[in-house]
Amino acid sequence: MIGDWLDIGAFDEIPPRGGRTVPVIGGEEIAVFRTGDDQVFALVNRCPHKRGPLSQGIVHGHAVTCPLHNWNISLATGEALGADKGCTPTIPVRVDAGRVLLSRMAVLATAMAA
Amino acid sequence: MAAFFVFGVFDMNMAVRLGTDGAGEALDAREHLVVIGNGMAGCRAVEELLARDPARYRVTIFGAEALVNYNRIMLSPVLAGEKTFDQIIINDHAWYEGNGIRLVTGDSVVAIDRDAKTVRSDSGVEMAYDKLLIATGSDPFIIPVPGKDLPGVISFRDMKDVEHMLAAAGAGGPDGEPGRAVVIGGGLLGLEAAHGLSLRGMKVTVLHIMPTLMERQLDEAAGWLLKSALEARGQTILTGADTAEIVGDGKVEGVRLKDGRLIPASLVVMAVGIRPSTALARGAGLDVGRGIKVDDHMVTSDPDVLAVGECVEHDGQVYGLVAPLWEMCRALADGLTEQHTGYRGSVTSTKLKVSGIDVFSAGDFSGGKGAEDIVLRDASRGVYKRVVIKEDRVVGAVLYGDTADGNWYFDLLKKGEDIAPIRDLLIFGQAYASGGGQADPKAAVAALSDDAEICGCNGVSKGKVVQSIVDGAASLDAVRSTCKASASCGSCTGLVEQLLSLTMGEDYGGERTTKTLCKCTSFGHDDVRREIVAQGMRAIPEVMHKLHWSTPDGCSACRPALNYYLLCALPGDYVDDQQSRFVNERMHANIQKDGTYSVVPRMWGGLTNPRELRAIADVVDKFNAPMVKVTGGQRLDIFGIRKEDLPAVWADLNAAGMVSGHAYGKSLRTVKTCVGSEWCRFGTQDSTGLGVKMEQMTWGSWMPHKFKIAVSGCPRNCAESTIKDFGVICVDSGYELHVGGNGGMKVRVTDLLCKVATEAEAMHYCAAFVQLYREEARYLERTAPWIERVGLDHIKSRILDDPEGRDALTERFRHSQLFSQDDPWAARAKGAEADHHTHMGEFRPLALEAAE
Ligand code: SRM
Ligand SMILES: Cc1cc2nc3c(=O)[nH]c(=O)nc-3n(C[C@H](O)[C@H](O)[C@H](O)COP(=O)(O)OP(=O)(O)OC[C@H]3O[C@@H](n4cnc5c(N)ncnc54)[C@H](O)[C@@H]3O)c2cc1C
Ligand code: SF4
Ligand code: FES
Repeated sequence: MIGDWLDIGAFDEIPPRGGRTVPVIGGEEIAVFRTGDDQVFALVNRCPHKRGPLSQGIVHGHAVTCPLHNWNISLATGEALGADKGCTPTIPVRVDAGRVLLSRMAVLATAMAA
Repeated sequence: MAAFFVFGVFDMNMAVRLGTDGAGEALDAREHLVVIGNGMAGCRAVEELLARDPARYRVTIFGAEALVNYNRIMLSPVLAGEKTFDQIIINDHAWYEGNGIRLVTGDSVVAIDRDAKTVRSDSGVEMAYDKLLIATGSDPFIIPVPGKDLPGVISFRDMKDVEHMLAAAGAGGPDGEPGRAVVIGGGLLGLEAAHGLSLRGMKVTVLHIMPTLMERQLDEAAGWLLKSALEARGQTILTGADTAEIVGDGKVEGVRLKDGRLIPASLVVMAVGIRPSTALARGAGLDVGRGIKVDDHMVTSDPDVLAVGECVEHDGQVYGLVAPLWEMCRALADGLTEQHTGYRGSVTSTKLKVSGIDVFSAGDFSGGKGAEDIVLRDASRGVYKRVVIKEDRVVGAVLYGDTADGNWYFDLLKKGEDIAPIRDLLIFGQAYASGGGQADPKAAVAALSDDAEICGCNGVSKGKVVQSIVDGAASLDAVRSTCKASASCGSCTGLVEQLLSLTMGEDYGGERTTKTLCKCTSFGHDDVRREIVAQGMRAIPEVMHKLHWSTPDGCSACRPALNYYLLCALPGDYVDDQQSRFVNERMHANIQKDGTYSVVPRMWGGLTNPRELRAIADVVDKFNAPMVKVTGGQRLDIFGIRKEDLPAVWADLNAAGMVSGHAYGKSLRTVKTCVGSEWCRFGTQDSTGLGVKMEQMTWGSWMPHKFKIAVSGCPRNCAESTIKDFGVICVDSGYELHVGGNGGMKVRVTDLLCKVATEAEAMHYCAAFVQLYREEARYLERTAPWIERVGLDHIKSRILDDPEGRDALTERFRHSQLFSQDDPWAARAKGAEADHHTHMGEFRPLALEAAE
C-alpha cells in the first residue's frame, strides 16, 4: 500500500544550506533543499528563467540563487525574488522521524505535466 | 574657615538625610541627583548633563534591571541573532566608574518621600536627593483575557523577555518539530518579535486585531505589502483576529480567538501597546495624567523632581519612540545647568527593524480635509511611496521598499517647508526634486539641514556629526566613538560617510566610500578582511555574528567571499565550506546551460602526449561526450558530462596522470606558453619549460578571481603575455615580468613590473606577486582592476623595494600551496562528497501507479 507521502531518504543526507535531487522517471526532476535553520523545501529542479538546475545553487535564508544567472528563488513559494518575475512549482514536503517525505500527488502532477 | 563651615554643615545634612555608607560621598559637597530608571532616557539625561557640566552633580542611578544601560531598541536585532547583548550596551561599568556615578542595579525604587526628599528601594536602601529624576519608561500593556498569567505568556520590553524567547525557540516543539509561537499585536514591536522568533526557527503566527498591520504607522497599501513580505518569509499573519483566551494547563498551550479558532503555541508574546510607568509618581502625589506631567524643562509639579522619557506627558502628548526622548534630555540638561532652551514637543518617524524589509513612516497620513496624496507604485521593484500634503506642506509620508528619502521628507515635514516649487518631482525623491536628475547623493546630504537626524538609534543630528568631524573625528570609527552616529544598527553608515567626505573634502580617503560587501552587511571587503585577521576569526558564522550580518546566513555574494578570505587567512587550518562555493567550484567542473558539465584536464604549459590524448579520446567515447574542443587557453575541453558521471570521468583521466585543470575556479587557470628557444628560431629562453614550472608552482591555489599566466620566448609575444595577470617575456638578457593584464571584457595591457636575470628570480617574483594579490585584492576583483585601484607603485613598493617583504610573501605562498596541491578530482573519484554527484532517490511514479 502506498501512502500519500513518498519517503525519499533521511533528512541527514541533505547538507545544511544544500540541495539534493530526485529524478522522476517520466516527470521532472525535483530539488530538495535544507536551509541553515534545518527546514526542508522542495521545488521542481528548474529555474523559471532558463531552466537552470536550482539544486546546484547557493542556499541562503529561505532562498536559493540559481547557478546559471543568479536569479534568487524563494524556497517557500518558488517565486523569483527581487525584480525578476517567474515561478517554479513547489512540492509539499515534510520531515517525519528524520525521513524526508514528498507529497505523492504533487510528484505525480509533475509527471502528468511533463 | 569657610571650607570647614561648608563641610560641617554638609556633614550634618548627611547625617539627617543620607543614611548611606560612602564616606567619600560625605566629603562631596555637590548636590545629589538621584535617577530612577537606568534605561535609555535616564542615562541619556545624565550624559547630556555631564557634557555640559561634569562637576555639577553627584549622581546615583537606580535600575530595576540587573544590567548596565543598553540600547533597548536593539533588543530586536539581539532576538534576531544579528547582535549580541554586549554589542548593544550603551554605557558599560567603566563609564559609570569613570564619571563617579553610583549604579544600583536589580533594585527598584518603591517609594518617594518628597517632604523628606528621600527615595526607598525594594531592598530597603533609603537615599536622600537634592534633585530627583524619574525615568521609569513604560509598562507593556497586558490584555485582560483568561490565561494571561500562564507561564509562557510574556511581553517584549527588556533583556529578560529576549532570554525567555530564546529559551522557548531553543526548546523547540514536540517530536523535534520547531516550536510554535503566537505574537499578539501586529505593530512595530510585535512584528520585530515575530521576525526574530521565526529567524530563531519558530513557527510564528501574528494575531492582529485591525485589518492591516502597523495601522498607526502605515496606510493600507503599505500594510498589505508588508503582510505579503512577511508571509513570504514563512510567518502566518491573521488580521482582524480578536483574542478570546489563552489556554493551557499549567503552561501556555495555545490561543483561542473569538471566532473559535485555536492556534497552538508554547510561547505567547503580547505586544499590544505600552502605558507610561507612573505608579511611583502617582504614589508620591505628583501630577499625573496619561503620563507624569512635565513642563518645557521636564520639571514635574514638584520643582525638585524631574521626569523624562516614555513615562512623561508633555503638552498632552506621550511618546513611545526614542527620538523625542533625546530632545527631552537636551532640554532637561539645559534646564539643570541654567541654560533654558525648553522642549517643544516632537514629531516622530518610524522605521521597522526587520532586515530586508524597508518601511518608513512619519507624520500624519490619515488624509483628512484639505490633504492631497502623491503616490508612486513600482510593483516590479516592490516600491510604494506616499507623501501627504496640506497647503503646500508635507504633513506625512509612508515609504515601503525604498526608504532612502525618508530623512528628507521628514526634514521637509519638520521644517514645514513650502514644497510648491518642487511638487512635481517631490515623489521621486530628493535627487530629482532638487534638480540635476540623478544627482550626486552627496548633494542630497549637503542639502539636509543641520538639525536633520542622521542616526535614529542614537539621536544624532547632522550638525553634531559634522561637529565631531570638524573636531577631529576623521574616520567612520572615530565618528562612531565620538558622537555615536552609525554605532548601532548601521543603517545610516552611508550618510555618515558622505558627511565625512563633504566635511573633509579631499582629505577623506574614503576608507569605506567603497560599497559594502553585499546587502547583508554595512562593512566593505577591506574591513571584513582586516577584522577577520585582527580578531582571529575562524568560521563564516563567526564572521557574520561578529560583524553584525543582517541576514541569518548571508547571500550568494558574501558567502563565497568570506569562504575565500578565511581560506586565505588560515591555510591548512580552515575547513572549506562547500555550500559557500559557486556551483563550478563545488562540482570541480564548469556547469553548462543544460545543467551538464565540461571537464578540462590540466596540461602543464599546454604540453600533452599520446597517453593523455588517448585517455581524453577514450573518455569522450565512453561517456558519449557530444563535443571536445581546444580552448582559448591551450587546453582540451570535454563537454556534456552529467554530474553523476564526473567521478568516473576523473578516475579515467587520473589514471592517465592528469589532474584538475581548474577551468572552473577562482584560481590559477592556465599558463600559456610558446615553443621558445627549444624549437623556435627567434626564441631567447626556454619559455615552455618556465611555463611548466610556473604552472606546477601555482596550480591549485585559490585566488580572489581567476588568474592567468603566460610565458613568451621573445618580444613577438606569441603567448600573449601582455594581457595576462602575470606575463613573462623572455629577452636575451633575462626575463621581463609584466602584471595586471586582461584580455577579457575590458582589455588592459600589462604594466612592466621589472626585469630579472634568472629563471629562479622570475619564479620568486611570480610567487610574491600571486600572494600579494591573494592577500590584498577584493573577492572577484581581477589583477587589472586591483592594480588600477591600488596603483602600480604600491605593487612595486611591496615587491621591488622591500626584499624581505617579498621573501615573506613567497614563503607564505609556498606554505599555503602545501595544502592546496591535492587534486580535488582524485578525492572525488575515490568517493569523497559523493552526495554532490548522486541523487537522493529516484521515482517511477507512472510505473508504480500502473502496478497498483
Ligand atoms: C573554454 C574557454 C573558451 C574556449 O573554448 O576556448 C572559455 C570558456 C569560458 N570562459 Fe573564458 N574561456 C576560455 C578562455 C578565455 C580567455 C583566453 C585565455 O585564457 O587566454 C579569455 C581572455 C583572457 C582573460 O581572461 O583575460 C577569457 C575571458 C573570459 C572572461 C572575461 C574575464 C575578464 O576578466 O574580463 C570570462 C567571464 C568571467 O570570468 O567573469 C570568461 C568566462 C568563461 C566561462 C567560465 C563562462 C562561464 O562562467 O560559464 C566559460 C566556461 C566554459 C566551460 O564551461 O568550459 N572568460 N576566456 C577558454 C578556456 C581556457 C582554458 O583553457 O582554461
Ligand atoms: C523591542 C523594542 C524595540 C524598539 N524599537 C524602537 C525603534 O526602532 N525606534 C524607536 O524610536 N523606539 C523603539 N523602541 C522604544 C524605545 O526603546 C523606548 O522609547 C525607550 O527605551 C524609552 O526610554 P525610557 O528611558 O523612557 O524607558 P526605558 O528604556 O524602558 O527605561 C526605563 C528603565 O527604568 C527601569 N525602571 C522602571 N521602574 C523603575 C523603578 N521603580 N526603579 C528602578 N528602575 C525602574 C526599567 O527597568 C527600565 O530599565 C523599542 C522598544 C522595544 C522594547
Ligand atoms: S615567442 Fe617568439 S620565439 Fe616563441 S614562438 Fe613566438 S615568435 Fe617564436
Ligand atoms: S536559468 Fe536560473 S537564473 Fe538563468
